[in-house]
This record gives sequence, structure tokens and C-alpha cells, in this order.
Amino acid sequence: MKNIYLDNAATTRVAPEVLNVMIPYFIKIYGNPSEYHKMGMDSRKAIEEARGKIAGFLGTKAETIIFTSCATESINLSHKGLIEAMGNKFPRKVRPHIITSSVEHKAVLETCHSLERKGKASITYLPVDRFGRVEVESVEQAVSRDTVLISIMYVNNEVGTIQPINEIGQLVQRLNQNRKNPVYYHTDATQALGFLDCNVDNLGVDLLSFTGHKINAPKGIGVLYIREGVEIKRQIDGGNQEKRLRAGTENTPYIVGLAKAVELVNIRKNNKVRKLTSFRNILIKELLKIPGVKLTGDPEKRVPHIVSVIVNGVEGEGAVLYLSELGIYASSGSACTSTDLAASHVLTAMGYSESESHGSIRFSMCDKTKKQDINYLVSEFPKVVEKLRKMNPIYNEK
Amino acid sequence: MGMIKKPDGVSIVGNPACGDIMKFYIKVDRKKGEEYIKDVKFQTLGCGAAIATSSIMTVIVKGKSLGFAKKISKTLIIDALGGLPQSKIHCSVLADKGLKMAIEDYCRRRK
Repeated sequence: MKNIYLDNAATTRVAPEVLNVMIPYFIKIYGNPSEYHKMGMDSRKAIEEARGKIAGFLGTKAETIIFTSCATESINLSHKGLIEAMGNKFPRKVRPHIITSSVEHKAVLETCHSLERKGKASITYLPVDRFGRVEVESVEQAVSRDTVLISIMYVNNEVGTIQPINEIGQLVQRLNQNRKNPVYYHTDATQALGFLDCNVDNLGVDLLSFTGHKINAPKGIGVLYIREGVEIKRQIDGGNQEKRLRAGTENTPYIVGLAKAVELVNIRKNNKVRKLTSFRNILIKELLKIPGVKLTGDPEKRVPHIVSVIVNGVEGEGAVLYLSELGIYASSGSACTSTDLAASHVLTAMGYSESESHGSIRFSMCDKTKKQDINYLVSEFPKVVEKLRKMNPIYNEK
Repeated sequence: MGMIKKPDGVSIVGNPACGDIMKFYIKVDRKKGEEYIKDVKFQTLGCGAAIATSSIMTVIVKGKSLGFAKKISKTLIIDALGGLPQSKIHCSVLADKGLKMAIEDYCRRRK
């Protein structure tokens, strides 16, 4: 039975090298890092080494890296923590203003909704073009005297479009030269980490979040980078861990594993970008040969590992299930696949109708993806499409 | 799965919640004075549950009397499939509605 996993944008396998470095910290060096005996200190040492490595990768100092359980937690900490730290800086009737995009991951959108609902912030959700890209001009136009945060994802997880993060960073720098209260800038780099430059000074960000499980680390570990001088209030209270920014006993093995995963990203990046870009281009070319198939997302400014399409006359979940039977694992943004039966908010923001979003399918590769995997997908997918179109009562009427 | 060339009853039902569409074709005949579903086919655009519920519906009603078919409930469909997750229950409702509407179409044509 074939086993072709093409849902790496959803999650990735844990690399054996990552698992291997973690194991001693489960069974041998398992002391609580806050304790002063040797077991604790060895644990502490491993954590701080890991922190240093990850900081180096992002081009920053170790003190700016906080460990969390995932990107969702990092985003909650960043946005809610920043607003809370603003505290009394705003007059009573004025709320701090946040600018984000309409295609953000739900972690950002729901965090913003929550702040809005509780009257703690006002939010602007910027529209995007048909490729899902935010225009820098629209960011600039949305900035007001009360703006405190701009949060734009680096790479969209559903369609792979790369946002103009550097340009927005330059805009923020320019704006902050003439402002009494600075605008802070956050990006979630989860889908970008394996492929694009994530140096925090190059990007011009004050806050950066990412999760480990999309870069071959386990689920349950994430990072929040906080630029020196940016004040946030912790959201999980308890002990004094992570400079009193995130309470809870540190997850030593997972932190060590994450550092290893980041190290592997660094080593493998160039080859991975080259290989997957080539596979991606072949896959796009072949899929577009099927009538009624459209590529979603920016055709040029897109990340190497994601190919997202909409297929006319086919429902996404049905396609995912038939592909799964063939040993090909992909995902869909169709309404049927979401627990609230709503079509993908990303495709909707990009201007696709509900019935178009119905036929959305996403393939996302990893470094282990082989050429024959792509060949197999290319040969089987048209058959799946044909089978589903035969079953579609209205497709045959055309 | 498929179409019936000269059906005695047809229905097409859609679910605005998630965009599923089901079409049912039935052929009705008489046996010992009672009307029954001689043949039934479905076509579906939708998720796995939509395909499953419409498919199992045709299996349940084929060869059965109209009286039996009219009494089918979504519960019967769900049980026949061995259960459905909460978010997919609406598919069984749609399959039930679809088949009943095909029967209504047949009755209307007869008059």
C-alpha cells in the first residue's frame, strides 16, 4: 500500500535526528530545570543551549526567545500580552488598534476577535487581492494614531502565497520615526521557516511566532521572539519560568528537539528549496492540464512546498477520501471538511465563491517527497476527478 | 450510482450549509397490487458522508414498497452506516428528503 504524505502544511513527521536528541531528556536528564542539583542544572543547560541555537537562526540574542507549546499559544501571548502591557497608556474611550489581514490563520483571527469582543482593541482586517496578497499601501492607509500592532503572516498556509513582510517592515520603520507611540510588527513564520529568510532584522519584526511540528519537531512546542524593549504581559500565570513571560515547567526534551529541527532546516534549506520548487512547478503544470482546474494563490510569490487548486465539479473532502484510499494524503478547504461547515475564509477573502471553494484541494510536500510520488499523484488524480465528476448530478448537465 | 434514462420520479436536493447536492432517480412498478421501487440510482456532489448516505439510501429502498420508503427516517440511514459524526448528520437528512421528494415527483406525474 503506497504511503504518500502530501499534507506537510498541516503537520510533519518527527525527524529521526530530532527524536534521537530528545530521548536522553526523557529518561536520563529529566530534572526540573529550576532545581539547583546536577539533574536540574543539566536540564537547564540543554534548554539554554537550544535557546541560543534558535536565536542564532533568527539572527537575534537568546534572551529574546520564549518557548511556548505552539504558534497558537505564541500568538495569543504576543497579541493579548502586548495589549495588556499597554494598560493605561490609552485614554478610557480610545482602544488600541490592531491591523491584520483577512487571510490570517485562525490563531490570529480568533485572538483579534477575542480582543475586539472584550473591548480591549479595535481591529482592521485588511482585504487581499485574488492571490491572497496584502498590499503594502493598504497597510499604510489603515494605520492611525492609535495603531499599536500590525500582524501579517509570512506565508499563507492554505494557498502558499508569500506576503510582503520585508516591505511592511520597512514601512513600520518609516512610520515609527514620526510617532509618539510606536507601531509593533508581528509575523507568524510557521510556513516560511523551512524556505525563506527569517532573520528578524531583515524582516523588521518585533514579534515572530512559529511552531515546531511543521519543521519535523513534535507537536507541542513553539517559539515567540520578542524584540528587546517590547513589553508584553504573560498570559499563563504561575511560576517564574521564561523570564515570567510564560509559566509552567519547561519542556526540556521538546525544546532540545526543536533546536535540532531548526538546525536541520538550516542545513537542508537550499537543497529543499531547489528540489521542492522543481516538484511544485511540475505538479502545477500537470494539474492545470486537467480541464476545470485552477491554481489558487500567487503563481510566482509562493512557497515551494504548497500546491493548492480548485477543481470544478468535485468536492474537496470526497477527493481527499478517494486519494487516501490510493495512499495519497492531501487536504481540502471545502466547507465539508470544516467543523463549522463554513467555506475556507482564505478562499472567500480571495474572492472565490462558496461553490468554488467546495472543490479546493491542497498538496504540501516535504524533504522526503520523491519524484515518483509526484508522478503517481499526477497519474491518479485525473482518474479521481473523473470518478467524482461522474457522480456529480449537475456537472453532467453541462 | 448513476442515472436512470426514463425515470418515474426524480428529485434534486441541495444543502446550503455546505453545498452538497444529491439527485435521486426512481423507477416504480407494481407487484401484487402494491407499488414498489423497482430501481433507484443516485448522483452526489459532496463529502464522504453525503456520498455514503445517498448511496446507502438507494441500497435500503431498492425493491421495497413505496409505503416502506415513505416511512424511512434519517435514523435508519445513520444506523445502516453504523453511525455518523455530529457534523455530518445533515447529510442523512438530505438523503432522506431527496428520496421522499423523488417519490412525491412520481406521485405528481401519475395524476
